[in-house]
Amino acid sequence: MALVLTEEQSMLRDSARGLISDKAPVSHLRHLRDSKDPTGFSKELWHSFAEMGFAGLLVPEEFGGSGLGFMEAGVVMEEIGRTLMPSPFLATSVVAASALNGGGNAAQKSEYLPKIASGSLLATLAIDEGAKHRPLQTNLQAVRAGNGFRLSGAKALVVDGHVADLLIVAARTAGSAGERDGLTMFLVNPAAKGVSIERTIMVDAHNAARIELANVEVTADSVLGEVDQAAHLLDGVLDIGRGAVAAEMVGLSDEVFNRTVEYLKSRKQFGKLIGEFQALQHRAAELYVDIEITRAATIKALQALDADVAKAASAVAVAKARAGTTATRAVQEGVQMHGGMGMTDQFDIGFFMKRARVCEELFGDANYHTEQLARARGY
Amino acid sequence: MSETESADLEQFRNETRAWLEANCPPEMRKPATSDADVFWGGRNAKFSSEPQRIWFERMRDKGWTVPDWPKEYGGGGLNAAEHKVLRSEMAKMGARPPLSSFGIWMLGPALLKYGNEAQKKEHLPKIAAGEIRWCQGYSEPNAGSDLASLQTRAESDGDDFVITGSKIWTSYANYADWIFCLVRTDPTAKKHDGISFILFDMTSKGVTTKPILLISGYSPFCETFFDGVRVPKSHVVGTINRGWDVAKYLLQHERAMISGMGERGVGRPLGQIAADSVGTDAQGKLDDSMLRGRIATFDVDEAALAACAERAVDLAKAGQAHPAFSSAMKYYGTELNKRRYEILMSAGGVDALEWESERSRQGARPRAWLRTKANSIEGGTSEVMLGIVAKRILDLPGA
Repeated sequence: MALVLTEEQSMLRDSARGLISDKAPVSHLRHLRDSKDPTGFSKELWHSFAEMGFAGLLVPEEFGGSGLGFMEAGVVMEEIGRTLMPSPFLATSVVAASALNGGGNAAQKSEYLPKIASGSLLATLAIDEGAKHRPLQTNLQAVRAGNGFRLSGAKALVVDGHVADLLIVAARTAGSAGERDGLTMFLVNPAAKGVSIERTIMVDAHNAARIELANVEVTADSVLGEVDQAAHLLDGVLDIGRGAVAAEMVGLSDEVFNRTVEYLKSRKQFGKLIGEFQALQHRAAELYVDIEITRAATIKALQALDADVAKAASAVAVAKARAGTTATRAVQEGVQMHGGMGMTDQFDIGFFMKRARVCEELFGDANYHTEQLARARGY
Repeated sequence: MSETESADLEQFRNETRAWLEANCPPEMRKPATSDADVFWGGRNAKFSSEPQRIWFERMRDKGWTVPDWPKEYGGGGLNAAEHKVLRSEMAKMGARPPLSSFGIWMLGPALLKYGNEAQKKEHLPKIAAGEIRWCQGYSEPNAGSDLASLQTRAESDGDDFVITGSKIWTSYANYADWIFCLVRTDPTAKKHDGISFILFDMTSKGVTTKPILLISGYSPFCETFFDGVRVPKSHVVGTINRGWDVAKYLLQHERAMISGMGERGVGRPLGQIAADSVGTDAQGKLDDSMLRGRIATFDVDEAALAACAERAVDLAKAGQAHPAFSSAMKYYGTELNKRRYEILMSAGGVDALEWESERSRQGARPRAWLRTKANSIEGGTSEVMLGIVAKRILDLPGA
């Protein structure tokens, strides 16, 4: 498979870019932040996303979706990254849709997937518990109670958690924190008794929540996949999320870089354009190379996911690790090269720095994924 | 890609795999570990082993020393997709290149683009068949990074040029049969405009070479002197005084070659090689957590660069490649290869310091480590590469 966009993927990119740059430039995020918007994203835009087939991009056609692949999801994520548009696309259309499609039984799929495709249902994965992404450390307890289970524990960094209609909760039904066996995924109604949700306003002004479950009762039908054996499903779903976030970070890095290069070509000091200074030229060139390499690694990972989710782990680890270091470098150079302007809230560059920091933590940072690669290679 | 096309490609993959299985000797399916393992061809070439000879001859007869060159010039006539399949099947098997050659990597592509029909017919088949070994006459003592300031002059004398001057860092000039060389044919023109690209036989009267001893203890480079060397004007490739176009085009190929010099994805993971000398803890992790982190970060970057190299080929095929992108790859690939050897030296500790023992295969590791330091100098320094990216790709002002 060539590591370039196909004609169809280029068309998809153009239509996503057209919509997003027109309706949701960075000022859109700024407005949502400053108005303390209770939803945290534009419902009207989400409606447009559904109409264009993006909400159900990964949903199979038999359930009303577009039946496209992870490369296509990455194409949309990259465009989202360019303008930092807050959107349910990541949590609902990529992560939750993949979890339901990969682990759901016939009844679960036909109940939820069409609603995701139509844009009428928001869903999210609740995974992290501690300060860092450590999926195997999952310790939210689910104990058998009657025909179902009773869930107790807390989750953090639940994207869109305060607006979701469906929570997909990773819990421990057996074993202890750190073990692969004993993990189970549950579909939980956020309105159920015992669920409390605190919206957490984050540095990047994107949606996130802390969720507490106190003896929340769910039926046996709420299990997604197999009891005690969710690790494999979870690996795949998380890798899909990682690939998507890497693509968002490529878009973010590329955009912040383009803005910075434009600034180097217009800002004058010492009677010269600052882009004439070799010290800045070489740093800009290094960053360009970093972004291109990370872009290639991300396309490689998305194609690997399309080929076989179960065999994509190393390619995904490389992509997410690279995306983390590249985006971190891009936003830091962006602020530095914009000088004092880069420090002002009025200027957009800071929004990119803030979002990059959150993306870095989402589904594991560069250190986490570098460690995964070392383990996979046996040293 | 249509279904028939991909079915054809699948068939090509199966046939290629079967042919390689049947024809690549087992000895040729592991990485080259010494200079003797690399076959360079040429008038005085000797095979270091029978399997090396068999492998070379079988690949040559199939045109697969230069798989993507046209068949009429001794190539395999493969299209880009087929070439990619062949490369990936050879990589899976660990098959060595049957022939290494500056003719293949550098001169060939330039001749295919700028050479006239007589030049292509004369030189390309001999490159493909490993009959003539080429060297590159570019750098001069006073023209390194500023290559276009070169002073070796070619004076017109009837149908000939008479060449006088000297080159430096001429790789393997002492083993080469012919040279492709940049000479100044118009000393009055601006520096980029008076240069020609010319070919001549290294046995011509007036050519001498002198190997340069390097910090590795090896002498892969020479000083090369020209004292009134007479060369027919018909040996100029492209237009007289427009040699800089040819030179730049060739440099793109040279940079692509150098960026691919690291042993990417071949053999055992670096972390496991390090474990041989550093040891592991109870969990099987490398017993030096800082080194382990450096290696893992290196592995991430190496895998990402491999994806980028693959994408560069795909972009070129799709007509979307920036012509200066090879400078970006050259910069990153060479810096990464230096990192690999810094890690290998650190991992090897005292064992990696021996210079002459049998145990150390005559200091193979420290000598290779020192050799890599040239990677970010030869073919354009890292600083020159970054300048090219800044100017030609990012379109930054000045410089």
